[in-house]
Amino acid sequence: MPRLVGYLARRVLQAVPILLGIAIFNCLLLHLAPGDAADVLAGEAGGASEEYLAQMKAKFGLDQPLYVQLGRYLANVATLDLGFSFRHNMAVADLIGGRLPATLLLMVTAVAVAFALGIVLGVTAARHVRRPIDGLVSVIALLAYATPIFWIGLMMILLFSVHLGWLPSGGMMTVGTDLSAFDRLADIARHMVLPTVTLALFYLALYTRLMRASMLEIYGQDFVTTARAKGLDERRVAYRHVFRNAVLPMITMLGLQVGSLLGGSVLVETVFGWPGLGRLAFEAVFQRDHNLLLGILLVSSLLVVGINVLVDLAYAKLDPRIELR
Amino acid sequence: MKDFLRRFARNRPALAGAVILLAVVAMALLAPTLYPDNPWDMVAEPFLAPGADPGYPLGTDMMGRDLAAGIFHGARVSLVVGLVATAVAVLLGVTIGALAGYFGGWVDDVLMRLTELFQTIPAFLFAIVLVAIFQPSVTTVVLAIGVVSWPPVARLTRGEFLSLRSREFVQACIAMGMGDLRIIVLHCLPNALAPIVVTGSLMVATAILTEAGLAFLGLGDPNVMSWGTIIGAGREVLRTAWYVCALPGIAILLTVLAINLVGEGVNDALNPKLRNR
Repeated sequence: MPRLVGYLARRVLQAVPILLGIAIFNCLLLHLAPGDAADVLAGEAGGASEEYLAQMKAKFGLDQPLYVQLGRYLANVATLDLGFSFRHNMAVADLIGGRLPATLLLMVTAVAVAFALGIVLGVTAARHVRRPIDGLVSVIALLAYATPIFWIGLMMILLFSVHLGWLPSGGMMTVGTDLSAFDRLADIARHMVLPTVTLALFYLALYTRLMRASMLEIYGQDFVTTARAKGLDERRVAYRHVFRNAVLPMITMLGLQVGSLLGGSVLVETVFGWPGLGRLAFEAVFQRDHNLLLGILLVSSLLVVGINVLVDLAYAKLDPRIELR
Repeated sequence: MKDFLRRFARNRPALAGAVILLAVVAMALLAPTLYPDNPWDMVAEPFLAPGADPGYPLGTDMMGRDLAAGIFHGARVSLVVGLVATAVAVLLGVTIGALAGYFGGWVDDVLMRLTELFQTIPAFLFAIVLVAIFQPSVTTVVLAIGVVSWPPVARLTRGEFLSLRSREFVQACIAMGMGDLRIIVLHCLPNALAPIVVTGSLMVATAILTEAGLAFLGLGDPNVMSWGTIIGAGREVLRTAWYVCALPGIAILLTVLAINLVGEGVNDALNPKLRNR
């Protein structure tokens, strides 16, 4: 147990320079952006006098030299103050906190689906390598790997919502109805189907390909030949011997894909009107709400670091040969 | 080279990919000749279904713009952005990875921390932020995609250089008193090129998908017709005119698929031993 605590403490310490770097980036980007918050607000109000503009800049600290602004930004970030969104008239941290659960729900469900199905398809393909079923799985994976996710999302809306009318085309729940707790959950689940499948499809392709390759690699090793020589049936060889070793690279991949999942959820949430972090980022772009946008970038990076620690812990748990360092 | 081509040609999926890719390149090259007018111009009545008017085989969108013209011109944008953005990423990644792997020590530490930093920030989100802050244009889109995609190239190049650094021919160059730059460019780089080329060719596909995603969100250059832009605009009329969204999406899918097939074909042809496993 003390080992675990020490490990976690070290990982948190390692994360500090990364977060510091991102915060510095954010501050520089804000500084480099053509027009600051005061200009944007003044422009929208239909122009403002020089004095008023100067007053606003002083209020936001925009008249200070860069290093002072940077210091102030870092101090704010350290106290979890990500600034203020003038559009939503809310603190950025509160806005993000309110939208985070929806995104996490979508991401976790999509990854779970992609991971489980990817294992099944990958193992099936590897067990029947170079036979028709392997070919079929590989073609599907190749297609899913090349499909733009926002496009497949739109096509699924077209098929399942517009033509067949089976599933809702957007949002997270039916508005304006009074449902019991159970019905509410069922309603959210129905709304989740299309966004989850859309987001999962690309990762399903990725995991299927990786699982197949990883299985084939382990199949070539000596201990598999030994297992077969002692008379184990193919099924047992596949699941007890090969699969257990082949699944480890999949876990590594899980950690590597967190950032890309967050990017994918911007597109999926925009297509399906899912009220999460990605949709918030999309809105922030068009409202020129740079404070909010950079806050989302920082929190997303934090999420990537955090989930990777969890993945490492899971890895060490699954493979006793790995030691936490 | 001859061996390489023969092995590549024997790989049927890769050959199919090459054919599709050539067709897309031809579309991009022919766009100004076949559709010399601005693809944004209104040329016919709006919402012509594909095949309804032989003059407009793919139909028209809600503004009466010719979809075929949009898709041909979109091929130019996708290919150019994909190629140039990848070139930027490869240039950045190779430079950083080569310096880190060749010099080691504190240079390696600093550059690898930087690489980790860029790998932690979610790439697509980072690209959105960069394009949104510096205003959408072909240049900002290309640079943004390049800036967010170099870390894997840097890691790969660093790994290659680390192992090359201790090889005898490199040690001999150092002993002869050759300059670092000359060793890096003339002796190490050519030996590290094969995996970089494979990674780079697959990155073009990702760059095209990223460009399409940005354009779909409305972060494309407002002056050029891109596949993602057409889909983003066509979204509003999805229920009535599905083909406005569907057709450019198929174009993206086929292009990305073709590049992936060709990239894997190149990989297999460069590493024939791995293929026959």
